[in-house]
Amino acid sequence: MGSGDVEAAVADAYRTQWAYVLAATIRVTGDIDEGEECVQDAFSRALTTWATTGIPANCGAWLTTVARRRAIDLLRRRTTHERLIPMFIESDQNSTLPDGDAPLIADDRLRLIFTCCHPSLSFETQVALTLRLLCGLTTSEVARAFLVGEATMAARITRAKKKITTSHIPYRVPTAEDLPSRVDAVLSVIHLVFTTGHTAPSGADLMRRDLVDRALELARMLRTLLPDEAGVAGLLALILLTDARQRTRTSGDGALLLLSEQDRGQWDRGAIDEGVVLVREALNRRPAGRFALMAAIAALHAQAPTWEATDWQEIVGLYDLLVVVWPSPVVALNRAAAIGFADGPQRGLDALDDIALDPVLTGYNYLASARADFLRRLGRHDEAVAAYREALMLCDNDVERAFLQSRLDELDT
Amino acid sequence: MSEYLVLIYDNETVMESAGEAAFNKMMTGHATFGEKNGAALRGGNALQPTMSATSLRRDAAGELHVSDGPFVETKEALGGYYVIEATDLDEAITIAGQIPSIDGGVEIRPIRVFD
Repeated sequence: MGSGDVEAAVADAYRTQWAYVLAATIRVTGDIDEGEECVQDAFSRALTTWATTGIPANCGAWLTTVARRRAIDLLRRRTTHERLIPMFIESDQNSTLPDGDAPLIADDRLRLIFTCCHPSLSFETQVALTLRLLCGLTTSEVARAFLVGEATMAARITRAKKKITTSHIPYRVPTAEDLPSRVDAVLSVIHLVFTTGHTAPSGADLMRRDLVDRALELARMLRTLLPDEAGVAGLLALILLTDARQRTRTSGDGALLLLSEQDRGQWDRGAIDEGVVLVREALNRRPAGRFALMAAIAALHAQAPTWEATDWQEIVGLYDLLVVVWPSPVVALNRAAAIGFADGPQRGLDALDDIALDPVLTGYNYLASARADFLRRLGRHDEAVAAYREALMLCDNDVERAFLQSRLDELDT
Repeated sequence: MSEYLVLIYDNETVMESAGEAAFNKMMTGHATFGEKNGAALRGGNALQPTMSATSLRRDAAGELHVSDGPFVETKEALGGYYVIEATDLDEAITIAGQIPSIDGGVEIRPIRVFD
């Protein structure tokens, strides 16, 4: 067995099995930090052990057995008194310690997801914990993803773990009554990871591929664990359909390409087909949720043979439904943009004027750039130039800035 | 099982002007809450309004100062509390979510247990 093969296998297991192994181990330790230590320990043992014994057929099961055995050792070393106050309350497990060699049936990842995305934790903390505990990102990786200092992120994660312990946030799948709202919180977290990756809020690259991949993995994980949830199908579809265009979003030299300029032949047909099936499933549930509707819009774009053949009326109709279930000014802005393509730039501009005073949109560069585009198409040259300048001032992503600058240059010549 | 202190915050000005009917409705609400959750309740009381509060602080020299008013002045004032027992935070939220309030809300604080 080459050491390169073993390292690759361990790295692969880390990416695909981390959450599974950790979730099962936390059930034994009753404590997140101890669980993480045992799992780290199991991964470092894998590096040495697999080099001599070979890579096991089921790496996840091997790692879980080793991590849980280590956890049970730790538990036995604790005093009886300490053992009487487990930090996570188990409502549906018998009182005997689980045997580390017993076959694993239950998938504990769902418990871990709902603990990380508990509504008593702030949204940014939910996102940080999910990346840390379910994706296995290091604290510094999580910090980099959200552009905060490592010390700040470490403090945030430590505080969150402490709150989970002291408040007794349960390690459990919520009751049927609470499930819809709790699932929605998880979907919001995954969606934020995706949007942050899809268009990086700042920096040189348009995308943060690592975050998009994490969001896709999380959505797939949730789909496996909650196959009957329409919202989960909707979010997975949205990610697949949006990401299917990733190869064509920039030109060879890294410049931004609009939907109208992209080479549709390069879109990932496999992802689109998978997404379309999921959209149909998600839309079967009434009323359709926000992710299902956004995915349906993405599906219409993905299936249009050309930009000109896009069914804009249908897209506006979907946005009309979306603003009802998700009354967000950003959704209203996208609706206005769609109206501009369906009914002409003047109607789009009118729709933008209706929402322009919303304080949430102040400082939102897409409002200024949408305005700029409508004004440009209407031939209102000076106003378009002013709007492009405003958008440039508000935009922090280098690729998007270059695009706005090029539009401005065209108008100036 | 863990114990939680549930602090009930309400806007005193709104409470005072809400009238007798609203007050009675709230009291009935508390009675219903008590009947429904008797098994989980470990204690609780309504408090006199904050104008009756007295605060004590020691200055840097260690001298005690008595002053009029609550420790922290906020729009929503602490008006009462319950001590409840619950298996976990989710159950505590389910119980505390039934506490009536006119124009405020409740805060759940786990009670610290010293080893």
